[in-house]
Amino acid sequence: MLKYKSLSKFARTNITTYGIVIIAFAILFPLQSAGMLSNSINGQLIPICAYIVLAISLNLTVGVLGELSLGHAGFMSVGAFSGVIAAASMQDAVGFEPLRLALTIIIGGIFAGIAGLLIGIPVLRLRGDYLAIVTLAFGEIIKNIINCLYVGIDAGGLHFSVTDTASLGMSGGRIILNGPQGAVGISKIATFPAGFILILFTLFIVLNLIYSRTGRAITAIRDNRIAAESVGIGVTKYKLTAFIVSAALAGMAGALYAMNFSTIAPRKFDFNTSILILVFVVLGGMGNILGSIIATTVLYMLPEMLRDFRGFSDYRMLIYAVVLILVMLLTNSSKAKQTAENIKFRLKNTFTRRKGGGSGEVSENG
Amino acid sequence: MDKMVPYPSGAIVPERDLNKTPILETHHLGIDFGGLTAVDDFSLTVGRTEICGLIGPNGAGKTTVFNMLTNVYQPTRGTILLDGRSTAGKTTAQVNRMGIARTFQNIRLFSNMSVLDNVKVGLHNSIKEGFFASVTHAFGFRKAEKIADGRALELLDFFSMADIAGAKAGSLPYGAQRRLEIVRALATNPGIILLDEPAAGMNPSETAELMENIRRIRDTFQISVMLIEHDMNLVMNICEGICVLDHGKIIAKGTPEEIKSDPAVIEAYLGKKKEADGNAEG
Repeated sequence: MLKYKSLSKFARTNITTYGIVIIAFAILFPLQSAGMLSNSINGQLIPICAYIVLAISLNLTVGVLGELSLGHAGFMSVGAFSGVIAAASMQDAVGFEPLRLALTIIIGGIFAGIAGLLIGIPVLRLRGDYLAIVTLAFGEIIKNIINCLYVGIDAGGLHFSVTDTASLGMSGGRIILNGPQGAVGISKIATFPAGFILILFTLFIVLNLIYSRTGRAITAIRDNRIAAESVGIGVTKYKLTAFIVSAALAGMAGALYAMNFSTIAPRKFDFNTSILILVFVVLGGMGNILGSIIATTVLYMLPEMLRDFRGFSDYRMLIYAVVLILVMLLTNSSKAKQTAENIKFRLKNTFTRRKGGGSGEVSENG
Repeated sequence: MDKMVPYPSGAIVPERDLNKTPILETHHLGIDFGGLTAVDDFSLTVGRTEICGLIGPNGAGKTTVFNMLTNVYQPTRGTILLDGRSTAGKTTAQVNRMGIARTFQNIRLFSNMSVLDNVKVGLHNSIKEGFFASVTHAFGFRKAEKIADGRALELLDFFSMADIAGAKAGSLPYGAQRRLEIVRALATNPGIILLDEPAAGMNPSETAELMENIRRIRDTFQISVMLIEHDMNLVMNICEGICVLDHGKIIAKGTPEEIKSDPAVIEAYLGKKKEADGNAEG
């Protein structure tokens, strides 16, 4: 314990965060392999991995950079559909599924990163509420563009259209993206270990970034933009860096997410999804990466768990909302924090008294 | 035809700086906010190792001048030459890289970061660590961070702050926060440092220590210091050249002795002799 405390903050954050993720995987993966998980939990493992990555990446924009982005699902969407197209194109060329999945995720990340760059350049000139509104708009724009996109593949390669499937001019082959119906006939190649590896990759990128020269610049801009400029930090450059990294990671999560379903529609990645990710980030704590992971897991599982309890299932969304409000209130009120401190203090006293034999009696009153 | 006359710059610099390019030169600098002229015709020359004071009553436009020098505000008129190079059209960050650093009247630290990290943000442009080194913590990351840590501790040690390097900047006492702001500005390796009311809120012993520190900065780093200050004891003691601003215009420039006896300065601070009785608010 003493050794743990003497480590640097970076090392401590690393050990706790990676540790919890690895332990969770070490417990869940054997259970999954042995078929001991219920169907509902089993089906949620990959989406949870994707949402954890999304929450961590959004935390980079909202918590570390300090700019409220409401269009994160847009980048997820770009990653998901570019991933779907890439996976379909590689279906025959790359037979080995894990490699195809890896390439799909990387391509999803690259396209989402490019989208992040294109959107970031105009958007990051704004601040605060204005930035939030414009990112919201861009999220909707991305959704609507993909909503009218038709993509097919045949022997001649990829065909694109924005009107209908007939105008693709295909000879045989098959449709990959069918407008509002979205992607159809995806071969489900996403696996739980792949999701786990993507989380580790995201943690590696984000935690390293926070504790580095680039991360210091980004945090400095959040803490005090004017002072950051006065010490020679190019604000636009670092805002854009954070935004692109965040978008690229969201795209990777989107690609993983899409590869878990046989069909996926563009309207899945709407404003509600953006808000859902934001809720994970806010409840997990701004800039707190481990918090994002825990909040995502708990809040994603909660509605499904409640479904299993008889009598609760009708009220599960109501209970979910109440839990959200309670967590918000409790983490922000000073009284709740005081109570938590008191309980901690008493517990500590109880333990020391058991060990030391009555030494804690004096502080019992406090 | 008019007769030719010497350029009326009236610039004075310490003798030791005479044969070097002035670190800072402004010519007829001015800025308007809407119809209001906040600063007008501000011409000043600062020597390479000069300690220069900028004084004047409240609202005279002193901080506006600092904001123009660091391009927080783009001047409406006039030119700024920093080490002989024009700063027109540059961003605040670029101007800092050209060699001007500043502190703020209301302290602006990165209060959630540690003292050490605040200084390392100041060292940002001298740390050789690219994006990929940042993300992977490899490719020269360790070396770059080690050099940065060493340099930051050295600078903190200069102000006897090395022992609190791990503390959170926002939790420091007021005086230490002001010192940390100066250290952070120095970390950017400037040619001139602008201090906006460095002694504000300090007691006499802290002020005395500050005066000593300002002299040490100039002597050790061989840079110029320009400061806005209301504490006349400090200004008259350490400044070699003083510039007095009132209602956005320079009303006097000169050595502390000249400024002390300048009738325009006395009038600006205390009001006109004639009207002194009847017009107290002047």
